Amino acid sequence: MNRINQKLKENKKLLSIYFSAGYPNLNDTVSIIENLEKNGTDMIEIGLPFSDPLADGPTIQASSTQALKNGMTTDVLFNQLKDIRKTVSIPLIIMGYFNPMLQYGVEAFCEKCQEIGIDGLIIPDLPVDVYNDQYKATFEKYGLINVFLITPQTSVERINFIDSISNGFIYMVSSASVTGSNSGFGEEQTAYFKRIADMKLKNPQIVGFGISDNKTFLQATEYAKGAIIGSAFIKHLSKNGTDNIDSFVDTILK
Amino acid sequence: MTYNINDKGYYGEFGGAYIPEMLYPNVEELRQNYLKIMAEPSFKEEFDQLLKDYVGRPSPLYLAKRLSEKYNTKIYLKREDLNHTGAHKINNTIGQILMAQRLGKKRIIAETGAGQHGVATATVCALMGLECIVYMGEIDIARQAPNVARMKMLGATVVPALSGSRTLKDATNEAIRDWINNPVNTHYIIGSVVGPHPYPDMVARFQAVVSEEMQWQLQEKEGKTTPDYVIACVGGGSNAAGAFYHYLENTDVKLIAVEAAGKGVNSGESAATSALGKEGVIHGSKTLLMQTGDGQITEPYSISAGLDYPGIGPMHAHLYKTGRAEFISITDDQAMNAGLELSKLEGIIPAIESSHALAVFEQKKFKPEDVVVLSLSGRGDKDLQNYIDYFNL
Repeated sequence: MNRINQKLKENKKLLSIYFSAGYPNLNDTVSIIENLEKNGTDMIEIGLPFSDPLADGPTIQASSTQALKNGMTTDVLFNQLKDIRKTVSIPLIIMGYFNPMLQYGVEAFCEKCQEIGIDGLIIPDLPVDVYNDQYKATFEKYGLINVFLITPQTSVERINFIDSISNGFIYMVSSASVTGSNSGFGEEQTAYFKRIADMKLKNPQIVGFGISDNKTFLQATEYAKGAIIGSAFIKHLSKNGTDNIDSFVDTILK
Repeated sequence: MTYNINDKGYYGEFGGAYIPEMLYPNVEELRQNYLKIMAEPSFKEEFDQLLKDYVGRPSPLYLAKRLSEKYNTKIYLKREDLNHTGAHKINNTIGQILMAQRLGKKRIIAETGAGQHGVATATVCALMGLECIVYMGEIDIARQAPNVARMKMLGATVVPALSGSRTLKDATNEAIRDWINNPVNTHYIIGSVVGPHPYPDMVARFQAVVSEEMQWQLQEKEGKTTPDYVIACVGGGSNAAGAFYHYLENTDVKLIAVEAAGKGVNSGESAATSALGKEGVIHGSKTLLMQTGDGQITEPYSISAGLDYPGIGPMHAHLYKTGRAEFISITDDQAMNAGLELSKLEGIIPAIESSHALAVFEQKKFKPEDVVVLSLSGRGDKDLQNYIDYFNL
């Protein structure tokens, strides 16, 4: 069974952390992943940097830009991760934009992911219908779970469609925003989290965008299976480098 | 073979809507409504009336006698430079502001490179009393001060794009991010035939007035609705899309798309997307774009800010791939000289974008009996400083 599905079966709220591979330094990738696992992170999204990250706010844009300046490429990332399964056992997801994958070759990319032990992909600008028509079979051939996003504006019909073609979890974007742009959740978000929980979808939901501390983690996971932290962790990395990752994870989980 | 868009939003293999889910409701709302709204008699009536009384259409189809003599062929200039705000851009912004009103949107956002589309958007927002926010790369703001001032006079807020290379592609990214953050009340007026479906098709339809007029103007002057050639410059490609539109399926009409070679196609400082680009996804559309082997989008260069875009619209990618249009690249130097030549021969100072199209006459020989229509997409007022610096005027 895919590590993501196994993890989702555990009887706990999951903490997933995103970072841009190659940031703050080109070769920090493996040590960040190992540290996050050691300190209680349940799942990791490894950001494949892109020059034009449309769905990201300033924090992740800046870390992507720096990572590219540091020399990060798809090949470099795959090479850094080639032995990752010797030391890390939690689910690993690559999150990136479609163009770099398209240039690598979608099938070659998926094959490489399987070889390394990547469990899933999140590709914000690969639309659900294109995936379903053109790439679903390839992803499945290499045992990869593709994770789709929903937002407060996503219609019920579309949520049901997305649920029907998902086989891991649904990435629930907390509010109408790019990454890193909110502080705290209000009644509107809580109502949205509850509304989706009440739909009793077959896939569990993990909330992302706007989670930065213990309070927002608890709010997000009141109804959802887990939460994803990205920009807040990148801010931590930009201040502290790869030191004190334990204290960052501790402040989220308390 | 068709050169128009199919019902899935593709021109051949190019196009589509490669957008994050956050944008899906906005784009889907537009996709479901744009053709319906454009077909409403009240929409057509208002669009046509504004194009006539406010923009000053039809734009003349002018037989450029001295230019024709020099190149020993028959050259007509389609005078989009005479439109209000000085270029073809306003055809699209008039259409889209009427679209936004009918969709009930209260807030307008746009991206701009040189500022021409920003000015055209700020203009229609002033006309309709709608809030207007224009994203413009920090570097472009510095090099296009007069257009920034125009937008401000027209009541728009100009927001510097500080990310990435701080030029047009980043301004586009920022506008898209704004739209993600404001999904309900905002309409995004894209300035070219780029972006996710239905934008390329919608913008092409608004610009199609250019070739629609050419047909009856040629009928009057030449006794037939078709020329032998249509020439237009391509950055994103909206003026070319408009000039080609009604001739796309008539292969007797040869189409020439002119790209900016900058300092030379292989100089490393170029914007010749068809020559240098590969298939990929930019700003929500599958098309040809300039990128590294690793799929990172690269920064183009041209002396003309309006051609300085790393992609081309999916319609043009398809025209290139199928060979329906001939693509010619023109360097900075060739364009500047062609701009000076038109000024001296015809008393018309063209925008540097249009000068690229004009430079084709030095590169390609036409027959004396050929009827060649060239889309003179904009006037050169905005480029005066560039011309001054280049020619030491």
